[in-house]
Amino acid sequence: MGAFGVLSAVVRRDLLVALRRKSEVLTSLFFFVIVASLFPLGIGSEMDLLRKIAPGVLWVAALLAAMLSLNRLFANDYADGTLEQMALSPVPLGLLVTGKILAHWLVAGLPLVLIAPMLGLQYDLSSRALMVLVISLLLGTPLLSLIGAIGAALTLGVRGGGVLLSLLTLPLYIPALIFGAGAVEADISGLGAAGHLSLLAALLTLAVFFAPWATTAALKIALE
Amino acid sequence: MSVITWKYASPQYFYPLAGKMIPWFSLLAVIFGIAGLWLGFFVAPTDAQQGEGYRIIFIHVGASWMSMFLYLVMAFWAGIGLSFNTRVSSMMATAIAPTGAMFAFLSLWTGALWGKPMWGTWWVWDARLTSELILLFLYLGFIALQAAIDEPRRADKAGAILALVGVVNVPIIYFSVKWWNTLHQGASVSLTQAPSMAKTMLLGMLMMALCFWMYSLAVALMRVRAIMLERERHSEWVANLKEVKS
Repeated sequence: MGAFGVLSAVVRRDLLVALRRKSEVLTSLFFFVIVASLFPLGIGSEMDLLRKIAPGVLWVAALLAAMLSLNRLFANDYADGTLEQMALSPVPLGLLVTGKILAHWLVAGLPLVLIAPMLGLQYDLSSRALMVLVISLLLGTPLLSLIGAIGAALTLGVRGGGVLLSLLTLPLYIPALIFGAGAVEADISGLGAAGHLSLLAALLTLAVFFAPWATTAALKIALE
Repeated sequence: MSVITWKYASPQYFYPLAGKMIPWFSLLAVIFGIAGLWLGFFVAPTDAQQGEGYRIIFIHVGASWMSMFLYLVMAFWAGIGLSFNTRVSSMMATAIAPTGAMFAFLSLWTGALWGKPMWGTWWVWDARLTSELILLFLYLGFIALQAAIDEPRRADKAGAILALVGVVNVPIIYFSVKWWNTLHQGASVSLTQAPSMAKTMLLGMLMMALCFWMYSLAVALMRVRAIMLERERHSEWVANLKEVKS
């Protein structure tokens, strides 16, 4: 099996597992929707204000939703020994990890991207801003999965893993948040989102290169 | 030569060496501290625009420098510990973290005290304040991760990966926050341009920075000795220590 075959096998397997546990997938999606709907209730329904805070609120909500689902990225496979078998297999662990991260994004990240325009409408964003929001999330959510995977691997089987995971990953999410929400804001204010989106894409490229590697190293430590 | 230096990669030999160094670093910290505070509070002229309130920078600047520098030192030792599997390096990283976090906190706190009279607000969301806050979070994450793992070697390695990921991220975070918003005044100490502040002020700041440096060394060494005793409590050399026997 070539590298691509291995990758697609892992992705298919993880997607199948996710499909069997639909509730887990939907939980983080609903979380995203609910958090985004809470802000107008807390802040007030002035459209001018909502339009202004929309990029930040939607991005923070996406950040938290993506983090919520990180726990199960490796935890189940770790608990039932699958992860150990993966580490023992002749295929490089880094490749398998990349596949798992990709599957995690498809399950936890992509739905957020798809539902975001609907939430953006609640905040009265223009169609242009909605498009930028979608693009920024499309570039940003894989970044969240990649960075989060490092945290998930480090906290594997550790006491209080969930809370710890948020403490570790949220500070590392800040650049994604700044450029992601910044892109939408820049577009709304007429500055053009290209700069922010390019930086987001650059971060994604960097993370695609480094994050699976760091995740693999962290997993090996957890499996020792 | 190499035999002598590598010897200190073993806790058994580093423990007494650290014990011998601590009083000297403590003494230097006190001397530099007194000199720095004296220069800062009694010698340095009152600032024309900022009045007496500016004097907090003698502590603030040194603390900020130290908090950033210590993160690099911590990541360095953690990385050495991870790649060469040397126990003392990892212990050193663990020992440095709380001091670094303390300086990050001190820097934020003194910054707030300085900001209130100068900017009229305790906190502004500007690049340097925000990245300092994030640095504090990174320290706390490192400490929390290590505290959550019972097995010391795993804690060392997991912490090392986190510290190294943090080091890669620190410049990214810094620049992202900087582009996000910049309200802070420009860097107050610049190596390329002639310093705009009075010589005594600069000297006072340097003295305080040296004081913090010596303090960090002394405290980190004290802490590393405690960590060594805790981890090696079942070994013979600990049982044979004078202070343990008595």
